[in-house]
Amino acid sequence: MTTERKIVVINAGVSEESSTRRLAGRIAQQSIDTLGAAGIPATVTMLDLGPLATEIARSLVSGFPTGPVSDAIARLADADAVVAATPVYKAGISGLFKSFADLIDNDLLIAVPVVLAATGGTARHAMVTDDQLRPLFAFLRALPVPTSLYAAPEDWGSPELGKRIARAAGELAALLRTDAPRQIADDNWGGYRHRFAGQATRAEQGATDVDFDTDLMRLATGGPAS
Amino acid sequence: MQFGIFSVGDIAPDPVTGRTYSEAERIDNIVRVAKRADEVGLDVFALGEHHNPPFIPSSPPTLLAYVAAQTRRIVLSTSVTLMTTNDPVKIAEDYAMLQHVAKGRLDLMVGRGNTVPVYPWFGKDIREGVALALENYNLLHRLWREDVVDWEGRFRTPLQGFTATPRPLDDVPPFVWHGSIRSPEIAEQAAYYGNGFFANHILAPNFHFKRLVDLYRQRYAHYGHGTPEQAVVGLGGMSFIAPRSQDAVERFRPYFENYPMFRGSRLEDHMAATPLTVGSPQQVIDKVLTFQEGFGDYQRQLFALDGLALPVETALEQVELLGTEVVPVLRRELESRRAEGVPDAPTHASLVTAKYGDGEPRRPRPNPNRGDNLSGTMPYQDSDPAVQAKFPVVG
Repeated sequence: MTTERKIVVINAGVSEESSTRRLAGRIAQQSIDTLGAAGIPATVTMLDLGPLATEIARSLVSGFPTGPVSDAIARLADADAVVAATPVYKAGISGLFKSFADLIDNDLLIAVPVVLAATGGTARHAMVTDDQLRPLFAFLRALPVPTSLYAAPEDWGSPELGKRIARAAGELAALLRTDAPRQIADDNWGGYRHRFAGQATRAEQGATDVDFDTDLMRLATGGPAS
Repeated sequence: MQFGIFSVGDIAPDPVTGRTYSEAERIDNIVRVAKRADEVGLDVFALGEHHNPPFIPSSPPTLLAYVAAQTRRIVLSTSVTLMTTNDPVKIAEDYAMLQHVAKGRLDLMVGRGNTVPVYPWFGKDIREGVALALENYNLLHRLWREDVVDWEGRFRTPLQGFTATPRPLDDVPPFVWHGSIRSPEIAEQAAYYGNGFFANHILAPNFHFKRLVDLYRQRYAHYGHGTPEQAVVGLGGMSFIAPRSQDAVERFRPYFENYPMFRGSRLEDHMAATPLTVGSPQQVIDKVLTFQEGFGDYQRQLFALDGLALPVETALEQVELLGTEVVPVLRRELESRRAEGVPDAPTHASLVTAKYGDGEPRRPRPNPNRGDNLSGTMPYQDSDPAVQAKFPVVG
């Protein structure tokens, strides 16, 4: 039986009914349908940042994720794919979205396929997705799919948005059908920088999985660095 | 089990009175706090090291030497000695001297420190912080154990035929704790040498440091120093005590919530999510017992209680309550829980006994100066003639 793929949606939309959440939901649903057609079951977890706003701010100030934020990060760590969706405020991604991103381990999303999405009040901000979200996920060494999504008010009545969503979902499904993302992370894990006892699924948690064959570990035991 | 206090000698405006202590007052106050800790029977007074205002302890050995002269029983320590920006040769010299004048009432906690600008002030690069701490300790370890050291590393000039003086008291180096909040390499170094490992256990969520402590315990056993349960573990913690818990919260709140580091935080959140304890003596006792349940039997518990702009009278009262109401109960309770075979933290006396039994400790006497200020391969009358040091060759 094919393993179920877990898609996690990060939604930084805060209004009710949020167009950002609506866009993210359509992407997630389209991805499930596309994967389903290929015989791959998938589930979606919605991570709404709005209700976590106070906890996120508190975590930034204290330097450690509070319990609810830590739980949200744990759910994200478990994702096979991510839909990242933010409203555009003041010509940029929402501060809430960036604040949450600032709290996650640098190695949490290595080689995880991501659909980048944003909504805004005017088409003039369409490049925010590629100008701001894409570099952020590049820093995280995630795998953003080629098609970025942006929805201005006029797009909600346009079948073209639906086509672009289908295209992005198809790209995501193509990545999830292969084992490439997992292989990228598995084969190169030692080459990235990590944090001991971090929240990434492959983070070193104890003596059995710490790499003692490093320059620093040799130095720790009285030997020369190399 | 040892109980004590640790301080970083911070100064901040008192949020209730608006008054800020002068450096002169804070230095006097920290000595008063240390003396009171000694008087009420606490075991350890540890002092941090900072090189910028608003902190006063830039020179811990100097201050601790004075405290040593003013106290009778308490063990002096550091929290931490910067292993990254200090020359390990100077650390070896300063703390061996302090160990002598304190008659052995000294151990040392070494760590990286976390102030970014301090590295360039001392000509170091913070990106090399872990490597600096590791290499410098490797040298310190040898300087205290070998009369004559040849050494070469990445971060300081090589040493040839060097003797760090004075030799440690009774030729037994101060016990060393390695303080770390994130680096598995530091836990590994502590384990490799059979030294202690200390997690500051403040600011972070409850049991955040458990995996690091467990790593140290496993590796301590790996290197043959004992079982994981016998590894030498220390924890910090922050507390504010009052006979009635609501008084403790009420009195501590302005100091906590106005302290620069905690602005925007709620006291109750930190009390619930971190090891911070604000309440009655019984509540502090109960919280510390959860530390033992989570981390296993451990050897040293330090409390931070004189910072956050508290008036010295309040800090002295906190030391008093800790020493008279909390620690006596914890001693009994933790002693009764302690598994068989789990040792106490090493002291100078226990290390002397371990090394010499009933024999006479070594107290080396130097050979006369040869006229060149080099001590040669035989600096002491009892130096081992088999030790050969390499000396610089000129020309």
